Amino acid sequence: MNRLARIARTTAFKLALVYLAVFTALSAFMLIYISRNTNQLMLTQVTQTLDAEITGLPEEYARGGVRALVAAIDSRARRPDASLYLLTDFAGNIIAGNIARMPRIVLEESSADVRRVEYARRNIDGEEIRREALIRTFDLRGGYRLLVGRDLGERRHFVHILEEARRVWIGAVVLMAVITWFFVNRRIMKRIDGISATSKTIMHGDLSRRLPVEGNNDEFDRLAVNLNDMLERIELLMRGMKDVTDNIAHDLKTPLTRLRGRVETALRDAGSEEAYREALEATLEDSENLIRIFDALLRIARIEAMTPEAGMDDVDLSDVVDKIAELYEPVVDDEGGTLTVATAPQLWVKGNSDLISQVLVNLIENAMKYGRNDTGAVKIEVMAEKVADRIVLSVRDHGTGIPSDQRERVRGRFVRLEESRTEPGYGLGLSLVHAVAGLHGGQLTLHDAQPGLKASIDLPIGTASKD
Amino acid sequence: MLKLLIIEDDAEAAAYLAKGLDELGHSADRAEDGEAGLEQAMAGSYDVLIVDRMLPKRDGLSVIESLRSAGDHTPVLILSALGQVDDRVKGLKAGGDDYLPKPYAFTELQARVEALARRPKASGDLETTYQVGDLVLDRLAHSCRRGDVEIPLQPREFRLLEYLMQHAGQVVTRTMLLENVWEYHFDPQTNVIDVHISRLRAKIDKDFDKPLLQTIRGAGYSIREQTR
Repeated sequence: MNRLARIARTTAFKLALVYLAVFTALSAFMLIYISRNTNQLMLTQVTQTLDAEITGLPEEYARGGVRALVAAIDSRARRPDASLYLLTDFAGNIIAGNIARMPRIVLEESSADVRRVEYARRNIDGEEIRREALIRTFDLRGGYRLLVGRDLGERRHFVHILEEARRVWIGAVVLMAVITWFFVNRRIMKRIDGISATSKTIMHGDLSRRLPVEGNNDEFDRLAVNLNDMLERIELLMRGMKDVTDNIAHDLKTPLTRLRGRVETALRDAGSEEAYREALEATLEDSENLIRIFDALLRIARIEAMTPEAGMDDVDLSDVVDKIAELYEPVVDDEGGTLTVATAPQLWVKGNSDLISQVLVNLIENAMKYGRNDTGAVKIEVMAEKVADRIVLSVRDHGTGIPSDQRERVRGRFVRLEESRTEPGYGLGLSLVHAVAGLHGGQLTLHDAQPGLKASIDLPIGTASKD
Repeated sequence: MLKLLIIEDDAEAAAYLAKGLDELGHSADRAEDGEAGLEQAMAGSYDVLIVDRMLPKRDGLSVIESLRSAGDHTPVLILSALGQVDDRVKGLKAGGDDYLPKPYAFTELQARVEALARRPKASGDLETTYQVGDLVLDRLAHSCRRGDVEIPLQPREFRLLEYLMQHAGQVVTRTMLLENVWEYHFDPQTNVIDVHISRLRAKIDKDFDKPLLQTIRGAGYSIREQTR
């Protein structure tokens, strides 16, 4: 029972029911329409035949009297597929004809109208069979009354055929509905059961599972692809969360331990006020660094969790670049380097200008730290250009670059290459750039600019773009 | 002396704040929750309110909103453990005047509170010229003079000097400069602000006897007539 109820609730079942109802209604309508029209047509035909029969017979009577009429009726009645004939005298006695019995009332009334009556007819074996007929009666001089009729057996037969057809038809429709239901149901249920089963394992914690995609791009595939994208994002966020926790555990514990050690040592060993002051100042600096790491981590996590629509505007990228370049140009200059900007004016992107500014800051600061060439000079180029349907923002230095096997790794959190250990930093700069690129539907790419590193992110084109 | 109200539920943090402000010669009252804070802020006349964002009984932002809708325009500094840009925007939208993420350096808070207290009440009240010693900045003519010497400034240098002179005699932190002159709300790792200050200093102080632009160690910068 439970299983039946479940089947009855399925969409496939309901669809099949609707299908059944619609097709039954349609076929019923068609059958009724056909039978009506055919009936009408046959009646008209019968009436016309009667009219034709009747015009000939009174002429026969006028020419040769009753004798000639009877002869004519007899000869006509013997033809195959003959019409019905009956001739009575003034007393109502049957003189000629091929009808065995006819209700008296029919004969007592003379009318030019076509009437439908039941009568009995003798078949070849002499047995009486009850039939239905359309008749007309006609009065002749001398009290004779002539009846001409047409048997309706043919029509009956037709009605019977239609009824049979109706039965077969409905049967076929029901059968087709059941077959349709069966296949639709089997197909849909298979897909849905597959999706449900996978969802269940995912709900139990296995986020790496994905819904089956059959590759025929039907609605289930599209649904599955979307759900998979969603799962992908959830998994990414979860992994991000886990990474953050792991990294906090690792990278915050190290400076915390150092901080704690410093305080302990100061408490134990410091003799002078000056020594205490020194220890406290170092502790303060440590705690400030901790706060910075924490802020940077939270910021990255926030960006990764942001919806792409939040805070996105049409931004003139050349403005954003110019403003940051203006801020950093003196700094690079003081280091004896150059910062050049190569952007086309009016380069509209759809993006978050705060975050793009921050990306630029991180990339420029990285270039300043690691982008010195052999002579120790810093040469930084900031470029923005349209490539296909994206706008690519790049910062290039002329330093040693990043070895190709390390390029993937540096996007991760807290990753610092050996060479950079001497510079201040936490290894979070490129992680933020990576996160911001992801938020804009793009990615961070690191190329070897020979010499130097070219770090690029691609951004979507803004709608204010005038090309 | 400034009369301040600290609305902060963490007793230790509030005591530390109050002590620091007392030492600077300000007087600070304290309220422990949003409702008491709102009541006290309405009753007393304070120069600046320091409001924690997350408070028991009544949220910090709702305290500020109530004050503003009651026509009270006392400057408010919001303190918050939420330091992200959108939280900051929310705070300022609610009627806060400045936003300081926790944990903060005391010098940062001090500089911001003092800047808020001396802030002109409306933009129409801004003076058209600023003068510190013999340095004169004409905001209408967009010109800068020291004594008889005309000093040419880049637009951004002008904005920087304008902000410093608007807060003449007060300490202005690097973050305040980055936020108010450049409108960036992040923390660069390099000494960008220092470089810009030293360029400005080269223009307005280098060839003159008395330097006006001071570096306040561990805090920021200040433009004033005499050295301490």
